[in-house]
Amino acid sequence: MNTKEIYGIYDDDHVLLDAVKTIKKKGFNIKEAFTPFPVHGLDYALGIKYSRLPYVAFGFGALGTLTAILMQYYMFVMDWPVNIGGKPHFALPSFIPITFELTVLFASFSIVGAFLASNGLYPGKQAKLIDPRQTSDRFVLVIEAANSQEDIENVKSLLKNTGAITIKEQEEEVQHA
Amino acid sequence: MVESPIREPLVTGKKSYAQVTDDVLRPIVTAPGKEWWIAFLISATVMMIGLACMTYTLFVGIGTWGLNKTVGWAFDITNFVFWVGIGHAGTLISAILLLFRQGWRQSINRAAEAMTIFAVICAAIFPGLHMGRPWLAFWVLPLPNTHGPLWVNFNSPLLWDVFAISTYFSVSLIFWYTGLIPDLGLVRDKVTNPIQKKIYNILSFGWTGSARAWHRFEITSLVLAGLATPLVLSVHTIVSFDFATSVIPGWHTTIFPPYFVAGAIFSGFGMVLTLMIITREVLNLKDYITDGHMDAMCKVVIATGSMVGLAYTTEFFIAWYSGSIYERFAFINRALGPYWWAYWAMFTCNVFSPQIMWIKSIRSNMKAVFVISLFVNVGMWFERYVIIVTSLHRDYLPSSWQMYYPTWTEWGIMIGVFGIFFTLFLLFTRLLPVIAIAEVKSIMKVTSDEAKEKLTQSHASGELNINVAHSPDNQKF
Repeated sequence: MNTKEIYGIYDDDHVLLDAVKTIKKKGFNIKEAFTPFPVHGLDYALGIKYSRLPYVAFGFGALGTLTAILMQYYMFVMDWPVNIGGKPHFALPSFIPITFELTVLFASFSIVGAFLASNGLYPGKQAKLIDPRQTSDRFVLVIEAANSQEDIENVKSLLKNTGAITIKEQEEEVQHA
Repeated sequence: MVESPIREPLVTGKKSYAQVTDDVLRPIVTAPGKEWWIAFLISATVMMIGLACMTYTLFVGIGTWGLNKTVGWAFDITNFVFWVGIGHAGTLISAILLLFRQGWRQSINRAAEAMTIFAVICAAIFPGLHMGRPWLAFWVLPLPNTHGPLWVNFNSPLLWDVFAISTYFSVSLIFWYTGLIPDLGLVRDKVTNPIQKKIYNILSFGWTGSARAWHRFEITSLVLAGLATPLVLSVHTIVSFDFATSVIPGWHTTIFPPYFVAGAIFSGFGMVLTLMIITREVLNLKDYITDGHMDAMCKVVIATGSMVGLAYTTEFFIAWYSGSIYERFAFINRALGPYWWAYWAMFTCNVFSPQIMWIKSIRSNMKAVFVISLFVNVGMWFERYVIIVTSLHRDYLPSSWQMYYPTWTEWGIMIGVFGIFFTLFLLFTRLLPVIAIAEVKSIMKVTSDEAKEKLTQSHASGELNINVAHSPDNQKF
C-alpha cells in the first residue's frame, strides 16, 4: 500500500472550512469530509461537482407526463371510447390533473431513488464511522498521504495547525462509502 | 448576509451542537413519563371507539349513517376534506418555506410534515369507508378488468382525487423520510439499548454524513420542495373540483380552488399551533420552537384567516351579482336557514377569532393562542360541513328537502379518527426526533443568541459584519 489515510477531527464548522481551504492550498488531497450537518460552502471548498440529480428528476418527470397522457389516451380514446354527451373523447383539459400528478410522482420517486443509489444507502447498511460523534458534533477530514513517515508527519502537523482536536491514522484497510 | 440585530434568534439559550443533540433526542433515549402514558391511553381508547364504529359500519352497511336521498354525503366527506386540509400546512412549511429560504421553518418542519402524513392517513379512511365495500377499493385504479375493457372515468374529479391524494401521500412520505435519514443516523449513534440500535441502524440506511452525501441531500431536498409546492396546491384544488365541477348551487363556483387552498393552509396552521404549543411545553423544546416561531405562525393564521373571510364574502356577493335565483337562495339559506348556527359558528371561528391576534400581547400569550387555534380547527371543520350539508339539504325540488342528522356511528368514527391522529403523533414524539436536528444545527451559526451577541458587538464598534458561512464565494448554491 502506497497511501495512508490520516483523519483530522475538528469541533467547529468554521474552523473546518478554513482548514479545508488551507490544506487545499498546500496541495494535499482531501479524500472525504464527514460532518453532522450540511456545512454551507464545504462542497464548494472541496471542489465537489454540482450533482446531476436534478436531471434524473427532470427525465423521469417527463416520462411521467408521457406515461399519463399515453395511458389516458389509450384507455379513453383507443380502447373503449365512451360517448359522454357527444363530447370529444380526447378531452385534454380533463387529462391534465392526472398528468400533473404522475409527473410529480415519477420525478420525486426517481430523485429519491437516485439519491439513495448514488450514496450507496440502503436499509440495514452498516455505517463505518471514523469518530463516534461525527453525526453529532464532530467534523472529520480524511486526507490521503504517501505512505512515508515524512509525508504522514507533514499532514499531521498541518491538521494540527489548522485546529484539529484529534488526529488519527488509518489502522487497517477501511473502505469508505 | 447582514443579520439585523433586532431580529430574534431562532435558537435561544446558547447551545453547543452536542447540546442540541441531547435536547432533541431526550424523548427517544429516556422512558416516557406519566403524562405521555395518560395522553397515549386516552387517544388509544378513542381510537378503539372509532375502530369499533368502523367495523360496525362495514358489517351492517352505510345505512348506519344518517345519510338520506337528499344529503348523500355529509360527515364522511366533511372529515375527508378537513383532514386533507390539515395536512397542507405541513407541506407548506417543509416545501414552500424551504424555497423561500425561511430559516424559522427548520425547527418545526419535521413535526409539521409528520402531521401531514398522519392527517392524510386519517383523511383516506373516510372515502374508503364510504365505498361500503373497501375491499373493492382497487376498482378506482385504471386496471385491466373482467367487466369488459371498461376503464375508470378520467373526466371525473373523484378519480383525479384518487391520483392527487395518493401522490400527495407518497411524495410527502418520501420527502419526510429523506429528511429523516441523517437524523436517524444520529439516533443510531446515540442510543445504547442494543435493540433500539439495531432498529435505528436499519432505518438510517447507513448514513455517515460525508460531504458528497450532504451535497446530494441538499439538492434532493430542494428538488423535492420544488415538486411538492405545486403538488400541495394541486391537491386541494382537485379536492375543490369534487364540488366545483358539479351543478349544485353553492358548489358550482370558480372561486373554490384558491378558497380551498387558503382554507387548507389556515386550518393546517391552526393544527400546527395546537400541536406545537403542547409539544414544545411537554418535550421542553422552547429554545428551538421559540416564541418567535409561534409569532410567525400566528401571522400566517391571521393572513390566511383573512383570505378565507374574503372568500366567504366574495361568494355572497357573487351569489347576488350572478342573478341566479338558485345561487342566491343557496347562500341566504346557508346564513339564515335551518343551519344558520353552523354558518355563524364557522364565520365566528374563522373570520373573527384570528383577527384578535393582531394584538401583540394576545399573540404572545400561549394560552390565548392555544384557544384561538382550537377555534380555527372547529371553524374549519364547520366550513366543510356548511358547504356540503347546507348546499345539499335543500336542492331544486322542495318536496325532497330534508335535514341531515348524524348517527352515533358517524360521531364515533369522526372522534375515533382524532384518536388515530393523536396516537400516531404521540408515538412519533417518542420514536423519532421531532426537530430536524441537522437543519437546526446548520443555521445556528447565523441565528442564535451567541451569533446575535457577536453581531451586536461588531455593530457597536461600527464595522460591517459579513457572516463567514455566507461569504460571497459560496453564493453559488
